[in-house]
Amino acid sequence: MIEASNLSKRFGAVEAVRDVSFTARDGEITGILGANGAGKSTTLRMVYGVLTPDSGRASIDGIDIRGETSRARARVGVLPHAAGLYGNLSARENIHYFGSLQGVGSEALAKRTGELARILGLEDFLDRRAKGFSQGQRIKVALARALVHDPGNIVLDEPTNGLDVMAIRNLRDMLLALKREGRCVLFSSHVMQEVAALCDRVVIIGHGRVLADATVQSIREQSGTGSLEEAFLRVLGDAEGVS
Amino acid sequence: MRALLTVFGKEFRENLRDRRTLLSALLFGPLFGPLLFGLMVSRMLDQSVAESDEPLKLTISGADHAPGLTRYLETQGVLLSRANFDESQARAAVRGGSAKIVLIIPEEYGPRFRAATPAPVLLVADSADSQTRKIADRARAVIGGYASTIAQLRLQARGVNPLLAVPVAVNEADVATPTGRAVVVLGFMTYFVLFAVLMGGLYLAIDSTAGERERGSLEALLSLPVARSSLVGGKILATCAYMCISLALSLTAFVCVFRFVPLEKLGMSANLNARTALIFFAICLPFVPLGASLMTFVASFTRSYREAQTYLTAVLLVPTLPIAFASIYSLKTKGSLMFIPSLSQHLLMTSVLKDEPLAALDVGVSAAASLGAALVLMVLTARHWRRETMLG
Repeated sequence: MIEASNLSKRFGAVEAVRDVSFTARDGEITGILGANGAGKSTTLRMVYGVLTPDSGRASIDGIDIRGETSRARARVGVLPHAAGLYGNLSARENIHYFGSLQGVGSEALAKRTGELARILGLEDFLDRRAKGFSQGQRIKVALARALVHDPGNIVLDEPTNGLDVMAIRNLRDMLLALKREGRCVLFSSHVMQEVAALCDRVVIIGHGRVLADATVQSIREQSGTGSLEEAFLRVLGDAEGVS
Repeated sequence: MRALLTVFGKEFRENLRDRRTLLSALLFGPLFGPLLFGLMVSRMLDQSVAESDEPLKLTISGADHAPGLTRYLETQGVLLSRANFDESQARAAVRGGSAKIVLIIPEEYGPRFRAATPAPVLLVADSADSQTRKIADRARAVIGGYASTIAQLRLQARGVNPLLAVPVAVNEADVATPTGRAVVVLGFMTYFVLFAVLMGGLYLAIDSTAGERERGSLEALLSLPVARSSLVGGKILATCAYMCISLALSLTAFVCVFRFVPLEKLGMSANLNARTALIFFAICLPFVPLGASLMTFVASFTRSYREAQTYLTAVLLVPTLPIAFASIYSLKTKGSLMFIPSLSQHLLMTSVLKDEPLAALDVGVSAAASLGAALVLMVLTARHWRRETMLG
């Protein structure tokens, strides 16, 4: 479970995130939806602890990310916005590197890599150098790298960026599989259809604030149209009025 | 510690597969100095051998006006080629390169010689050309020899003891040992050794910092439950390893080069064998972590490979500054200078080349100062890596 409470962050004069709170539960996929520059990445970065919030706190399974950084981080797998691989290492070596930095023993690592390769479909290129990988292959390896220590929580920052239709579909299946295993999946996107198709809950962020936080179902009902697009536009429209 | 070693292992292995790193760490860095050196020294050798063996060539104009001088020059083995130049023609010939030096004997030479008044000759040469300058010196010496022979004969003919004209006899004693003389030439060598150290780690320092950022792998790495000091430590350690390899290769190359370059013929002896190479390695070893942490520190602030390259190329020049100072002020090994990294290594290596004994205290201070500076830079680097700005 991932909890964010009252997170705020400024960069100089820019208030990137203001008082953002939400909870992403185990066994659910939570989507953070917002336009480019709305504060999604900044929020996620505070959640996995590479940025320090000016106020508020974030916790992973109840462990404060600032207070017990290492313990909290060991429970989360992260696929950042820039998910680059080491080109001179093979896919397997990339995964092993992160695994051993996570403290996974070599035997467990070999077993886990085999599992992930099967689930994510990496077998064909597992021992090839990552230099020539397609964007889809790269995301798969980066996802395997994030899952190598078998974390209960996964954070993904715009994972579908740059992927083709097939790869997006693959990714969607993988996220659903992670959810079925009872993990907490938190991902950000600026594509509404993606969120609608995948998420149980959606947190809509605009201008650094939470505009709505509800189940996809209830947002649809609230808007009265049954269409998430309408609902989304209505929420954003209200926000424009507010700010 | 485990994480640090994991980072070290990965950086070491990954860069072993990188052609750019290998070329700079294992080829250009360590071999550039020794090769340049071998070439320089053998060229100096060729020149000096050529100069002493080759007969002096002289273009002479108006030889008929001074048959005595001409004959004397020929008996001294000077190869004369006769020409008929006036002064401006001679200047043009020398400037144009068709003659190296020209000796002009004017018409008035004969009458003045017979009258025992100074008989003028004109030597036209280009002193900006170091080779002609040497030839001109030789020509001057030969003509001077003729002049003093004539002077003695004249004094004798007048019943005067020629020794009266030599009130002071200057004798010279050059105390430079063959090794000492070689040090002038080998002075550069110490810089090339330090250069090889830095060059060895250059690309690894870039790849493990700016490269990590440019590749987009940095954020994932920073979100792992690993202390930033372990990440930085592993990266610096890997850079150190490449620097050590480069240093070892460079010293090996120097030993090989000096085995083939016959320095003795230049009146020098290079005290550079496997044993001195090992001592050099030990002297430079504390400089390695300093170089590695300096480069990693600087590269950590850059956003891209290209930017890092620009700054680190400047860092390559840093060790030259103290060495340049040392040669301008001809500094000798002494205690207080041992606190300055790169200069202390230079001075210690020079002492070894000169066959001077090393003081244990000097070696200790040199090592401690370099390691201390390295430690400070490592701490600063780790602190920078803990900052949010690291994400870029």
